[in-house]
Amino acid sequence: MTAHYLKISSGKTKNTHKMEESIYNIDKDGFYGDFGGAFIPEMLQPNVDELLESYLRIMDESDFKKELRMLLTDFAGRPSPLYFAPRLSAHYKSKIFLKREDLNHTGSHKINNALGQILLAERLGKKRIIAETGAGQHGVATATVCALKGLECIVYMGATDVERQAPNVARMRMLGAKVVPVTSGNKTLKDATNEAIRDWISNPADTHYIIGSVVGPHPYPDLVARFQSIISEEMLEQLTEKIGRPYPDAIIACVGGGSNAAGAFYHYINNPNVKLFGAEGAGKGADTPETAATMAVGSIGILHGSKILLMQDKYGQITEPYSISAGLDYPGVGPMHSHLHATGRVTYLPITDTEALDAALELTRLEGIIPALESSHALAVLNKIKLTPEMNVVINLSGRGDKDMDTYTSYFGFDNE
Amino acid sequence: MNKIDNLFQTKGNDILSIYFTAGFPNLDDTTAILQQLQDSGADMVEVGIPFSDPMADGVVIQESSHHALQNGMNLDILFEQLEKIKANITMPIILMGYLNPVFKYGMEKFCKRCISAGVSGVIIPDLPIELYIKDYATIFAKSNLFYIPLVTPQTPDQRIEMLGRESKGFVYMVSTASITGSRPNLENSSDYFLRVRKILPDTPLLIGFGIQDASSFNTASKYANGGIIGTAFIKAVKEVSDQVDYKHALCQKADDFIKNIRGN
Ligand SMILES: Cc1ncc(COP(=O)(O)O)c(C=O)c1O
Repeated sequence: MTAHYLKISSGKTKNTHKMEESIYNIDKDGFYGDFGGAFIPEMLQPNVDELLESYLRIMDESDFKKELRMLLTDFAGRPSPLYFAPRLSAHYKSKIFLKREDLNHTGSHKINNALGQILLAERLGKKRIIAETGAGQHGVATATVCALKGLECIVYMGATDVERQAPNVARMRMLGAKVVPVTSGNKTLKDATNEAIRDWISNPADTHYIIGSVVGPHPYPDLVARFQSIISEEMLEQLTEKIGRPYPDAIIACVGGGSNAAGAFYHYINNPNVKLFGAEGAGKGADTPETAATMAVGSIGILHGSKILLMQDKYGQITEPYSISAGLDYPGVGPMHSHLHATGRVTYLPITDTEALDAALELTRLEGIIPALESSHALAVLNKIKLTPEMNVVINLSGRGDKDMDTYTSYFGFDNE
Repeated sequence: MNKIDNLFQTKGNDILSIYFTAGFPNLDDTTAILQQLQDSGADMVEVGIPFSDPMADGVVIQESSHHALQNGMNLDILFEQLEKIKANITMPIILMGYLNPVFKYGMEKFCKRCISAGVSGVIIPDLPIELYIKDYATIFAKSNLFYIPLVTPQTPDQRIEMLGRESKGFVYMVSTASITGSRPNLENSSDYFLRVRKILPDTPLLIGFGIQDASSFNTASKYANGGIIGTAFIKAVKEVSDQVDYKHALCQKADDFIKNIRGN
């Protein structure tokens, strides 16, 4: 059933494995409408081709599926609960559910992808794992799965983020990963990604690059979306049990590169009854230079191997982004979100630092859950959309706030109470 | 005839091509460096279009790009500089840069301005040949502008053959799996160089990445039609300090560099 064919004109193998088609309507070259593709230097061609030729076949193997299921359940603690938040619901006069990705092992949705990709890397015979990280959640998830499999792990992290997410740096080091602070550019996620790509170019044979979001060259966005699709797969059943039908009226998720949103939207993308909202990091405001609200201020361009919406100047130089949330501090959004923005299927809203911080405190005081700063951006959307008492709304609570305690403490002044 | 074809037809080997970043060390150094490289005996140049996120480059070229952007370099200024000196430059000029600045500028406008500025070829590392053929090959053909492909030690034979067939001018052999600025022993890649030569017996080949002195250039000339030097040249011009006679010192440095590579 694994029919590969050689495209004679290019000498390039293309994947024609007939696994279930991606829900996101991706074409054979990895384009979602105008966005996506694999804009990579020749140095990366063999690495990316190898992935392209094998990812769907490996992901469809029964022993792969079995091991991934087992690890998601016994190691990561899935399924993550779908929690009806009574006091938050009362406050917003609506029915609000939280998809508790914060309760996963390592504290966010990033473990779903890291587990999937480490099994893939293992089957490709890779001995060395590299990753980029912003908030450190993907770095921790990757370091964790490398410890689990006994593989060497190198994590590139912007020097700014090394400072503002210190607890995660310590966790990665305890897990045995080498954390490399990156000092180019703004010293954040974009720069860490550049450095990880440079490493991959220099180590083409033995290294697998575990990208942490639905960004990068095809097939990464598709691969990561599939591994994150477990989020909405579980929601189908959980909602049926709780509200008597498998779909809600609205789903809200934050968008850095867009992986937790891709997973939360996955099984609902073709259901017109479900409104979808993405929350972007607006920093000091989408109308200020200190922002990471790509949908609000970006235009089409090419970065990190794919055609996406990008923050850039008139000459195509990438604009340095800003958000208080390290996980949203990125000047682009993945190709599927660029496309979903263009088609209007998903509404993306810019959320400022202070709106997110206030939403974090609100959830904490109403429900006893301290959310990650990234997820707080999704929570803040509750103030921006029309809600009614009949509506069932799911917020994808992508991560927990432990890593952000320094930021919360200094903003709310918990240190001088 | 395209100047690149002309070069390889009139001079078969020991072809020396120099890469430097436009607008570095100073914004208006581009023309002085070009003129000096030609006068000192370089056969071809690759002018780097600076980009904020050069993912295939090592620290030296990253920093030169960063400074060039801070100096205010952009495609409009670069084309103006090249147009100004066009009449004096007989060697082929290749522009090398990442896709996004070119894409944002508009490929048609970019090609048009390349031709009026006397540019003969373009190297865009993150524009794979498949996407070039799909979207841009006809625009290039109209302008008689060459798309120069890269091959690496990991490139399969069939793909090397295809890259040679679908492109014009020459094929750029990246010496080892690395970003720019690495210092490999080129002799270790000899099997790969010979393999490419065998697959593309009639295609001009230049070796780049890791050539830094006369000896490594000679090795490149042994296995290919010549070599491309980037990082080592940028390091050299970076050393020229601000002084009364800055332009003179810069040209002297470039001249010394070429003489040293040529071994005279
Ligand atoms: C908790 C959490 N949520 C969201 C994100 C943003 O990434 P994505 O948009 O890929 O879900 C991050 C990234 O670090 C994160 O740590």
